[in-house]
This record gives sequence, structure tokens and C-alpha cells, in this order.
Amino acid sequence: MAILNEEQEMLRDMARNWTTSESPVAAWRKVRSEKPVEGYSPDAWKTMAEMGWAGIVIPEPFGGSEFGWLSAGLVVEELGKTLTASPLVATTLAASAIVLGGSDEQKGKWLPKLASGERVGTLAFDEGPRHDGRYSAKVEGGKLTGTKAFVHEAHGATLFVVAAADGLYLVEKGDGVSLSDRKLTDQRSHAEVTFNGAAAEKLTGGGDTLLDDVLDRARILTAAEMLGMAQQVFDVTLDYLKQRVQFNQVLASFQALQHRMADLFGDLAMMRSAVEGGLEALDSGFGIARAATVAKAEANRVLHTMSREGIQLHGGIGMTDEYDVGFYLKRARVLEASWGSTSYLRNRFATLAGY
Amino acid sequence: MATLAEPQAASTDDAFREEVRAFIEKNFPPELKGKGNALASVEGPTQEGPAEKAWREAMGARGWGVPTWPKEYGGGGLTRKQAHILNEEMAKAGAYNPIGGMGVMMFGPTLLEYGSEEQKREHIPPIARGEIRWCQGYSEPNAGSDLANLQTFAEDKGDHYLVNGQKTWTSGGQWADKCFAIVRTDRSDKHNGISFMLIDMKDPGVEVRPIQMISGMSPFCETFFTDVKVPKKNLVGKEGQGWTIGKRLLQHERTNLSGGGSMARLMGNALSDIAKKYLETDENGELADKVMRDRIADFEIRWQSFLLTAKRAVEESKAAGGVSEISSVLKKLGTKLGQERAELLIEIQGLQGLGWEGEGFSDSELSGVRAWLFGKATTIYGGSTEIQNNIIAKRVLGMLDHQ
Ligand SMILES: Cc1cc2nc3c(=O)[nH]c(=O)nc-3n(C[C@H](O)[C@H](O)[C@H](O)COP(=O)(O)OP(=O)(O)OC[C@H]3O[C@@H](n4cnc5c(N)ncnc54)[C@H](O)[C@@H]3O)c2cc1C
Repeated sequence: MAILNEEQEMLRDMARNWTTSESPVAAWRKVRSEKPVEGYSPDAWKTMAEMGWAGIVIPEPFGGSEFGWLSAGLVVEELGKTLTASPLVATTLAASAIVLGGSDEQKGKWLPKLASGERVGTLAFDEGPRHDGRYSAKVEGGKLTGTKAFVHEAHGATLFVVAAADGLYLVEKGDGVSLSDRKLTDQRSHAEVTFNGAAAEKLTGGGDTLLDDVLDRARILTAAEMLGMAQQVFDVTLDYLKQRVQFNQVLASFQALQHRMADLFGDLAMMRSAVEGGLEALDSGFGIARAATVAKAEANRVLHTMSREGIQLHGGIGMTDEYDVGFYLKRARVLEASWGSTSYLRNRFATLAGY
Repeated sequence: MATLAEPQAASTDDAFREEVRAFIEKNFPPELKGKGNALASVEGPTQEGPAEKAWREAMGARGWGVPTWPKEYGGGGLTRKQAHILNEEMAKAGAYNPIGGMGVMMFGPTLLEYGSEEQKREHIPPIARGEIRWCQGYSEPNAGSDLANLQTFAEDKGDHYLVNGQKTWTSGGQWADKCFAIVRTDRSDKHNGISFMLIDMKDPGVEVRPIQMISGMSPFCETFFTDVKVPKKNLVGKEGQGWTIGKRLLQHERTNLSGGGSMARLMGNALSDIAKKYLETDENGELADKVMRDRIADFEIRWQSFLLTAKRAVEESKAAGGVSEISSVLKKLGTKLGQERAELLIEIQGLQGLGWEGEGFSDSELSGVRAWLFGKATTIYGGSTEIQNNIIAKRVLGMLDHQ
């Protein structure tokens, strides 16, 4: 665990207390059955915003707290543990695009609204089911046209940061923006979003690497959510093995299972270091591309294994909807495929390293 | 001698092949071509239209749904070679075997070995005709991997047993007509106090409650028995012999679960062919993503080796006479590979491979997701992978028990 300052410890404890008492997995079950249009509980989102979570990476002059990425990661990790449905990650990423590439006017107009939670933002990048870094959406005379596949949290979003062939644009929900549901196995908000001559404003700052910089933030913050999920599957599985009796012994007494858990514990340590390394790279501003690739690739690898092992070690009960462990498996694959699958990231790592 | 016998055998095989072709030509309704749902056994009974019914009855009348079972009990009485020819010809014609389920896979072979003449005459023919669905009453809340810990009790009441207790994870319990169950008849002996009996699911006192799974389906149940009367004639083997019979049935289950056959069908097309549809190819027609290409090749190589292993194991155990401990190895390997394939498939498809319902996904994408989730059970049921490892280590390799 990274060394936290007092502020960060308080933030993490606050997040942990809130998720455990107000937003346990039971809250996600409720969202799943009540199906609010946004895909999350608006009340829960309001509370999160009041706690200042939406403004963690936003500078103070624009209404944020500027606590930094490690702090944002701590909160997102806690939300991942209980599978809290919220647009916090999406909004934070949209805000970061504006922080990096927006003009003073754009920052002044949007960041305070994102920081307060009044507006929900999201990234609309990929045009196919796999992240490949190619965008054909076009802007002519300030109007954007193109279709984006599988946009996270699209239903609650009113501000889209859209990747076009020549850069990033801000598009507000409204004329020329239409949604078509894409119900994925995690049952969270995903949609295909079509922009048909929608009014778009370019983010002109941030230099040539703006898109990659935003994507790396997406990889790292998503990896933080995955870290929370992996940690939770591990903890729940360990508890289960310590109480389930077969052959007159608790399962935890079988060496075959002890060694499996020991292996997973090692993997989890690597994942945590990779994710925290990514968050710290963002805060320091050094070596971000490589750190982001390592963070998401390790998150993909370890959560993949952890989510499978979680089911297997629970036995038949793990296959039931009544137990939570299956939810993590389903969400895991969606996040694995987002912002770079394992093979994409391995290729990118080699390219970055020049081999 | 051999030189004389061979051409003769070949010509009878050819004649049989002709017979099969003619049969399929005459009886297989062309509109059913390519149907036959790999998940049928878990999705419950599908609507059987007139064409499906006619095909099932035609196959049932010949006994070809269970081609190697004895003719006298409604089987096909075919040799393995002939059964193989039958499969080949069906595959060529896009036909499928409409008769299956637990009765065919595990209960039938076990009853053929341990049942009385009367029991075989009563129970085997309806299985061979695909008229009866059986479910497996083994697991209980506290008897999963430790199956012999089961507590459902059958009390001897003279002409019948009175059964009380709870089973769980009963696949297809809500659609089954009958249940083959292991129950306790003696509380003083863990293994020798178990008996194997047949319970009618329609009898008073039998109640099922479906359990919802992570795949969204509810194909398995909690099954409760309250004062269920089971006639003595439904005891298979002797009282106290249930553990031996029950374990034999599990060997059949394993062979089928890992099996070249059902697994290969579940597998469908080669991953590489699917990958070419979803991923970019370069000017040579090869997958452009070299990491993905490497991982698919790695999988396909191991899958080929598994198929060869399954084939070799079948031949060797046939030569040695019957099912063997190798079923544990096959189950462990085959189920793992099946899961790996499902994971790779969704990775190849990206988010398109993770659809849950609604717009934007093809039928095969949606069913692939359910199959991926359901497939997580294959390393748990029928004796989990860990239990297979224990069997291999102790019974096959002679390693010692943990003290
Ligand atoms: C989809 C599905 C369908 C099923 N259908 C049927 C059915 O039709 N009829 C029926 O009777 N049952 C059925 N089962 C039940 C199945 O056989 C049991 O789930 C299985 O035997 C495992 O038992 P359990 O679930 O109690 O897990 P547990 O025994 O609690 O095991 C939990 C974990 O611990 C491991 N473990 C247990 N003991 C050991 C050990 N000694 N050493 C190392 N590891 C160990 C297991 O491998 C597993 O990973 C089904 C199960 C599923 C998931």
C-alpha cells in the first residue's frame, strides 16, 4: 500500500465507511432490479458529489480539491470493492481531458459543474468493440458526425468528450446526439452514441499527446476500480474458505487451497503496486505511458485470474446469483476489454520499449 | 486370415454407411439442419415441434440415439465403429442426435451394469426413445465435494422406503420425471450406509425450488423430500451398495463432461476462424495482432493435444474393458480448456462478446456469453477439478493422504 498522507487516509476512510454502510453490494442489486435510466442511483451520486469526490483531480480555482490521482484512485478502489454503480470514473476522466486540453474559458465553464456533480461527463472514444486508437468521427463547421460504440455511463452523461480524427471535442447532450442501449453482462450503463451534426467545441490545448494522455488516465483509473474488485473477491473467498466445512475440516485447512490463495495473494500484491505506480506517475507527471500500460495490463491479468478463482473456490454456490462473487466476474470482463485488452497492452508495452 | 477378413469388414461397414445415409435421407427433416442446441440440457426442454418429434421418434425406434446399448433394451446394438460411422454421416447431413440428457450420459450405462433385469426392462427403453428425463439427486448443502457426507435418509418401511431430506443443485429438477439419488439407509457407516434408489419426481412429498445462476438461467433446483414413498423395487443393487454404484455413475459423468464428443460440439468452429471474422488480418491473411495470434495458436495446439489424448484414452480403456481412472484426467483437462476457449472467444470479440440482452448483438454472441458464464460450472460439478486432482494423486499416482 502506498504511503498515504493524512488527507489521503481521511479520504480513504471516508470512502470505505460510506461504501460499507451506504453502498454495499446490496445497493447494486437494488439498482439492478429498479433499473434507473442513468444506470446508477441519482441519490448516491449526489452524496458522492457532496463529499467532493467528483472534484478530486480538478484544480481549486475551478471548484475542485486538487487532491490528485492517488487520492482519486483510493476512492475508486473502494467503489470497486462494493461494485457501486456511479459515473465517478467517467466524470473524472472527462474533467481530466478538460484540465489537460481546455482553454481557460472551457475550464471555467465546465470544470465547476463537473466538480459539483451537477454535470456528468464521459469519454466517447472507441468506434468498435475493441480499443484500437483509431477515430474517424469528423467535425465540419463546428458540427461533429460519427458513431461511438460502447460508451460507458452514456445514459447519465450530459457532456461527452469525443475523439475525432483531428483531436478531442466537447459535445453536450442535445440536438444531434442519440443513444442506443448496449446491455452488457455487467448490467451497467453502456450505449452506442451517434453524433449527427452535433455542436462540438475543440479542446485545443494539451499538445499532440492529448488523446494518449487522456487514455492513460482512463487506463489507470479503471485499473484502480479493478484493484478494488480483485481485493474484494480475494477477501470474500478467503473468508468463505475459512468457514466452509467438507470432509470434517474447514476448506482453509487443505494445502492445495492454501497454496492457491498464497499465489493469488502474490498476484494481488503485484497488481496493487502496478496500479499505485500508475496513479503516482500521474501525480508526478513522469513515465505515464509505460506506467499506465503496466497498471492496466496487470489489472487485466490479475482480476481475470481472481474472478475465475473466486467462483471456482466457492464451488456450486459461486455459480448462483444469490452470491455476489459472480458480479465481479461479469464486470471484470467489461473493464478488461475497455481502454485496451490484454493483447493490445502487451503490444503497446513492447512498442513503447522499442522492441 | 487377416487379409481375407479385412475387405469383408470394410464392405459391411460400407453397407452400414449406405443404410445410415438412406435412413437420414428418409427421416431427417431438412428444416432441422444445423440445429441441436449445445446448451439444450441446461436450458430446459425446448418446444418440440412436429419435425423435432418425428426425428426423435425415428431415431428412438432404431435405438440409434444410444447406438451401442443392447438391442433388447431399445438400444442400437451397434459396434463402436458403426456408431462412429453414424456420427460421421449425421454430421455430414447437418443432423444431430435428438436423444440425450443424464439418462443417456450416466444413468443408463450404470443401470445396465448394476440394475436387475426387471429394472433394465422398465427404465432403459424410455431413455433410449428419449421419452423420459432423469435428474441426479446427489449433492446436498453439506455434501458437495464430500459427497459421502449426505444426510437424506430412507427409512425401511417393509414394502417401501420413506425418504426425507434435501438435495441441492439438482440440474433440470423442475423438468425431470425421475431422479436417481443416493440416500442414507444407515447412519452408523459413512460409505457403506448409502443406497442408490430411483425416485419419481411426481410423487407426493417431492418439491423443487429453482435457483437462479450467474448466467441468468435457472436450470438447477433445491429439491426437498418430505415423507416420499419409494417402492422397494426402486432400490438399485443392494442396500448399502450405493456408494459403489454412485461412484461408477460419476465415472460415466466425467467421461461425458470432458468428452471429445460433447465438448467438441460445444466448441463449435476453430477459434482461428472466428478470430478472422472479428480481428484485422494483414496482407498475408494472418491475424495482425501478433499477441492474439500467439495466444490462439497456443490454445489450438493444446486443444488438438487434448483431443488426441481423449481419443487415446477411449481406445485404451476400451481395450482394458470399460471406464477408467483416466476419466479424472480428461475431465480436469477438458473442462479447463473449454473455459479457456470461452474466455479467449470473448476477448477476440471485445465488448461485442459481452452482450447480455437486447439490441446490437447477434444470437451467437448472446449465447456465447451465457455459455461462458455457465461454463464456469464445468470445473465444479461432476467432481470439481480439485477433487479430480485428489483422485489422480491418490488413486492413480499412489500418493499419500494428508495426515
Ligand atoms: C451448474 C451445476 C450443476 C450441478 N448439477 C448437479 C446435479 O444435477 N445433481 C447434483 O447432485 N449435484 C449437482 N451439482 C453439484 C456439484 O456436484 C457440486 O457443486 C460439487 O460437487 C462441489 O460441491 P460444493 O458446491 O458443495 O463445493 P465445496 O465442496 O464446498 O467446494 C468448494 C471448493 O473447495 C474445493 N475443495 C473441496 N474439497 C477439497 C479438498 N479435499 N481438497 C481440495 N479442494 C477441495 C472444491 O473443489 C471447490 O473449489 C451441480 C453444480 C453446478 C455448479
